[in-house]
Amino acid sequence: MNLSNTAVASETRWQAVCQASDLVADSGVVVWHAGEQVALFYLPGRDRQVYALENRDPRSGANIIGRGLVASLQGELVVAAPLYKQHFCLHDGRCLEDPTQALRVWTVRLRGGEVELARS
Amino acid sequence: MQATANEAQRARLVIVGNGMVGHHCVEQLIERGALARFELHVFAEERQRAYDRVHLSEYFTGSCAETLALCDRDYYASNGVHLHLGEAVLDIDRERQEVITAEGRLGYDQLILATGSYPFVPPIEGSSGNARLVYRTLEDLDAIRAAAGSARRGVVVGGGLLGLEAANALKSLGLQAHVVEFAPRLMPVQLDGEGGAALKARIEALGVGVHLARATQSISAGEHYRYRMNFDGGEHLETDLIVFSAGIRPQDALGRACGLEIAPRGGVVIDSQCRSSDPRIFAIGECASWNGSVFGLVAPGYAMARNLAALVMGESAGEFSGADMSTKLKLLGVDVGSIGDAQGVTPGARSYRFIDEASASYRRLVVDANGKRVLGAVLVGDNSYYDTLLQYAQNGIKLPADPAALILPQGSGAPALGADALPDSATICSCHNVSKGAVCAAIDGGCSDLASVKSCTRAASGCGGCAALLKQVFEHELTARGVTVDKSLCEHFAYTRQELYGLVRVEGIRTFSELLERHGKGHVGCAICKPAVGNILASCWNQPIMDPALVPLQDTNDTFMANMQKNGSYSVVPRIPGGEITPEKLIVIGQVAKKYDLYTKITGGQRIDLFGAQLHELPLIWGELIAAGFETGHAYGKSTRTVKSCVGSTWCRYGVQDSVAMALRLEDRYKGLRAPHKLKFAVSGCTRECAEAQSKDIGVIATDKGWNLYVCGNGGMRPRHAELFATDLDDETLVRLIDRVLMFYIRTADKLQRTSVWREGLEGGLDYLKQVVIDDSLGLARELETQMQQVVDRYECEWANALGDPEKLKRFRTFVNDQRADPDVHFVRERGQRRPAAPLQLIPTHEETM
Repeated sequence: MNLSNTAVASETRWQAVCQASDLVADSGVVVWHAGEQVALFYLPGRDRQVYALENRDPRSGANIIGRGLVASLQGELVVAAPLYKQHFCLHDGRCLEDPTQALRVWTVRLRGGEVELARS
Repeated sequence: MQATANEAQRARLVIVGNGMVGHHCVEQLIERGALARFELHVFAEERQRAYDRVHLSEYFTGSCAETLALCDRDYYASNGVHLHLGEAVLDIDRERQEVITAEGRLGYDQLILATGSYPFVPPIEGSSGNARLVYRTLEDLDAIRAAAGSARRGVVVGGGLLGLEAANALKSLGLQAHVVEFAPRLMPVQLDGEGGAALKARIEALGVGVHLARATQSISAGEHYRYRMNFDGGEHLETDLIVFSAGIRPQDALGRACGLEIAPRGGVVIDSQCRSSDPRIFAIGECASWNGSVFGLVAPGYAMARNLAALVMGESAGEFSGADMSTKLKLLGVDVGSIGDAQGVTPGARSYRFIDEASASYRRLVVDANGKRVLGAVLVGDNSYYDTLLQYAQNGIKLPADPAALILPQGSGAPALGADALPDSATICSCHNVSKGAVCAAIDGGCSDLASVKSCTRAASGCGGCAALLKQVFEHELTARGVTVDKSLCEHFAYTRQELYGLVRVEGIRTFSELLERHGKGHVGCAICKPAVGNILASCWNQPIMDPALVPLQDTNDTFMANMQKNGSYSVVPRIPGGEITPEKLIVIGQVAKKYDLYTKITGGQRIDLFGAQLHELPLIWGELIAAGFETGHAYGKSTRTVKSCVGSTWCRYGVQDSVAMALRLEDRYKGLRAPHKLKFAVSGCTRECAEAQSKDIGVIATDKGWNLYVCGNGGMRPRHAELFATDLDDETLVRLIDRVLMFYIRTADKLQRTSVWREGLEGGLDYLKQVVIDDSLGLARELETQMQQVVDRYECEWANALGDPEKLKRFRTFVNDQRADPDVHFVRERGQRRPAAPLQLIPTHEETM
């Protein structure tokens, strides 16, 4: 199955941001998207394969989330921020250690060899 | 009830002295609710409230008066105790029941003397000023420190327990230390002849001069140093300062002056209830003489304090019945233990002795005439035998069929006495008289971790010597209660790092997913297990860490083979083996730094760190560095960092070996080796030690016959001197031993555990490590060498590997869909270089710094 998020309404307008081949398995890369930095995480072989989160780490202010380590904690998929190692949930950008920190998330899908972000 | 009325009705109890025993007595009184019945006054001659004299030498290695203090600043006041610091009691008026100080008089109903002891200074002609220092109080230590400021050499008179402590203090002040002892051996009270000889050999190996059977007759002006000590045989020794530690004398002056009975050898005579010849006056600790003996250790003093507190409160008090003088110490870093009848003077006593002259280790076991019980023991060099032997001696446990096994090297399978073999009455902590039963009761009472057992029972909070035994008992008791001690790495692996290492090795596992599938839970792993397993795989198989299956395992610095800094940019460290670099290469580094506008700094490991590179610049920078002949420096990995060196015999007039050549050889061999934590090496070309090898994981110091190997040192947050492991090695043997030590560390250490911490946790200590590595007691040596050779043979510069593979370079893009740099990374210029602009938080992610 190619659709990574079937819950998106049919009228959603999509924008391709990079090639699927730009992604790195079980890890992250970053795209420049309409003036913003979006980290894309790719987990091949799972029900949902791609996640898109804000690249800026709220704690350090540095744009580094896309270089974090992908992990699973108590059954939730997370990314560990490289500098202070706090964990953000891939699904909703929630910080597990500190509820005051959160990352913006984008709706994302893989289609026809491209990665597409939903336009809001 | 009015508080004031209550105050007036309370009897007045006065304690003279606020040392360790006096303080313990106050604690015991408070615990028993004595403040409801007594108005309690404590007089102290010193201005500092009670402090830990047992660990006095730590005052020179980082502790201050406040950390040595035995209680919080407001402990006395908050408990309603009147503490009179700096107010010495000058006299006791027994008739009027009053103590007299410079401030006035205070009546007492009961009086406790806890005045301790004072150092004995033999009358020697010319002994004054810096040639008459003592080692007892913090003020004494301040005086020693002041005297040491302008000194090069220091002598301690007295080779007993305190004398060796004092020598250690002089050594830590940077002085060349000497010990002069009147008796023909060190620690004459606790050790026998062979034990004293082993201790002497070990202490001399540390660079401390030991002069036995010498009596100082006079002190005169020196030629090369300030003073000259003239011994009775005509010999002499010059020095800049002299510390006397030739024994203690009971501080019984008050008792003498007011006419209490005094023992022939000093000390206020007490009965088994600690009562002096005046029924209203008690004496405890080192100022008291019981049955003709004065006890110079803290444990018997505490026992007296405890008994007396109970007696004063009208509880059924135990009677003081002498004290076990068994003791376990680390003197100048050397383990020394003495139990019971160490000299074997009991009629019919027989001894077993183990002597290892090569490593200067000595153990003696004294058993009774029919070989059934342990009477005493002497240990020098390895105290890991102490706890078991002490339990045998104190609890009268029947000896095994072959008693000698109790002191034989443990590699040969000595029958250790497990925690379960101890009876409930067995004393675990003799300072606070905590039995095994009390520990069990604490666990049953809800203490679920070691820290709470300690604070509940106070075990291991005195001299701390029983900490290992307490841990053993605690873990055993938890297990016996069906509580498992969880040592899992994380939620995905119910194994320790050591166990996972074994699984990877034995089953030949090459990937994380394979290991997770066979032995773990889930499909992804986490930030704990992924880097740990990545590291184990690298230690075992040394595949390039940029291989697709390995990339997702690495922590961020390993992933991008650079060190992330606070603004998300990276620093780059090319390898400069041994710190040796040609002008051509130096110029290339300068050119690269200039071209990419990198902040440039020399590291403590003798190389150059280039800061401020963005992700997409890393391959460009490395392309230029590799073209000029550089390799990756692994500054980002838990791996070999640098081998620091001095110029050695090629240039230096003092050098005795070519330290640079050896450093190059070692760095070339171990570069790329991944270990539980980073590894630092150094090679010095002579004993002046300019490369600071003794602060490294692996330190090598040249001798005129070869190399001395030091292991498990550390600088940084928790400094630890490396320990001398083997001496006068040829090149090949040196490399072989380092191979074995490192592979054994990689095999058995916990994750992120430096060699220093690993070594401290190693059961059996340095001797055990020597047995495994030098004597090959586990039959592992060949295997360890082979495994190291595999890692060495598979070395490949990770950056060269990555640059040759476009697939691997994919990740080195700031944006995969855009050429721009990260627009949020800003720099400003400072002192001619650029640095991050925004005032971001400080974070210690860069580990190259020393």
